[in-house]
Amino acid sequence: MASVAQGLRAYGPIVSMWVRSTLAYRTSFVIMAVGNFAASGLDFVTVVLMFSHVDALGGFTLPEVAFLYGTSSTSLGLADLLLGSMDRLGRRVRDGTMDTLLVRPVPVFAQVAADRFALRRLGRITQAGLVLGWSMTRVEVDWDLGRVLMVVLMLLCGTAIFGAVFTTGAAFQFFAQDAAEVQNSFTYGGNAMLQYPPTVFAKDLVRGVTFVVPLAFVNWMPALRLLGHQDPLGLPGWVDFLGPVVAAVMCAGAWLAWRAGLRSYRSTGS
Amino acid sequence: MPQAWSLYAAVAAGGFRRYATYRTATAAGVFTNTVFGFIVAYAYTALWDQRPHLGGYDLPRALTFVWTGQAMLAAAALIVGGGFHEELQDRIRSGDIAVDLCRPADLQTWWLAADLGRAAFQLLGRGVLPMAAGALVFDLALPGNPLTWAAFLLSVTLALVVSFAVRYLLALAAFWLLDGSGVNMMCALAAMFFSGMVLPLRAFPGGLGEFAQMLPWAAMLQVPADVLLGLRTGAALARGLAFQAAWAVALLALGRLMQSAATRKVVVQGG
Repeated sequence: MASVAQGLRAYGPIVSMWVRSTLAYRTSFVIMAVGNFAASGLDFVTVVLMFSHVDALGGFTLPEVAFLYGTSSTSLGLADLLLGSMDRLGRRVRDGTMDTLLVRPVPVFAQVAADRFALRRLGRITQAGLVLGWSMTRVEVDWDLGRVLMVVLMLLCGTAIFGAVFTTGAAFQFFAQDAAEVQNSFTYGGNAMLQYPPTVFAKDLVRGVTFVVPLAFVNWMPALRLLGHQDPLGLPGWVDFLGPVVAAVMCAGAWLAWRAGLRSYRSTGS
Repeated sequence: MPQAWSLYAAVAAGGFRRYATYRTATAAGVFTNTVFGFIVAYAYTALWDQRPHLGGYDLPRALTFVWTGQAMLAAAALIVGGGFHEELQDRIRSGDIAVDLCRPADLQTWWLAADLGRAAFQLLGRGVLPMAAGALVFDLALPGNPLTWAAFLLSVTLALVVSFAVRYLLALAAFWLLDGSGVNMMCALAAMFFSGMVLPLRAFPGGLGEFAQMLPWAAMLQVPADVLLGLRTGAALARGLAFQAAWAVALLALGRLMQSAATRKVVVQGG
């Protein structure tokens, strides 16, 4: 616990250092943030283009798909903002700069997570948040306090689940030093999948993201309940509420993987 | 000038070998392209189930389009990051470009050779396996006629040259902008959208689709994919290849113009 507190204390100053350094080149920052906004927006433009030809995709209307898009992309955006720089770990292991982090009296995890903190990622979060806000006014859901809280909880659990994937991916890079793209398949790839309704995919694929890498709990499970859609795997109803449990288990697993990765680290000596 | 040719051939071979050494990264890339291919293929299946002839494609053709896109993604650098232009921008920023300009080789041809070498590796290393994975699971419309494959390879080569020519302009912009990350990102977004990577240009609604099919990015994926799908034969094939070649020549010429303007600037700076 003490090390967690210490890590959080260290994370703040490093982040603010990177934010200050980013804002030194204001024009460049604005372009990158707008670019980040547009890059993630492109996914949604694709969805809108698809809906220019059809009224429903896999039985879901545009506002419903936008809801899936908004919840998944906001969660990924938050996890990416907090921990996204971890995919640079492989490069650090390769070029030997990892050693510098090890000798500092600050938890390595906090240093790696805050490394080159990219404030421009607010672009994605803003874009996803706007789509989510729009979709919530358009879907046929009777919004009350409980349902709104469920959306907030979804976003928090989703962020934790994606964060666990980022961390596990980084831990994996202690062994496979230039495999950052594998991590991207699970984070960005997972996000791309969660933006579409589960009914679009083959059952085995849905089983994979439910039971193997449980990304389905980022948004599919709770969203299906909110939107009143059947779960294609026919799981019992209480499974929809397992998000927090899944997130906690995944974070614990990611933490163990990280420790194992860090312990196995051998410097390149350069 | 056989000597010059052998120099650029060696540069291209060097580009190929350089990327061939990143084995883990290539394996990771194959995995990523396959995962994304699956996701997009299922989304397209849902779309084409309801609109069976959208954009003039049947479902097997639409799915083949998806996997062709994944196979060409890294080679034609249709994504943010990757490719030679970031390296060239670094050399311009640091001043190393002065050394390059002293070499008894042409700067544009040098980088074209290096990038074609890289692209050839990416096409083999990151293209063949995802396509094979796609063909195993989905019903694809791959041609049986070897002539179609030959035309496809020619079209892909032209696509790679157009992709290079666009990124060469980006790289040279560093002479004026110093930091290229902003324009790189904007250009990569345009490439994703207007190449047909996110949705075939033929499935774009109305005027937007026609407009997009005239832009240079259409030469990077839409045209080669249509050649592979057998939608361009005879005169249409010739028109497609001519469209690609015209963009390649125009953009390479523009790059040359920019290069001479930029090198004059270097002399002025005394760099």
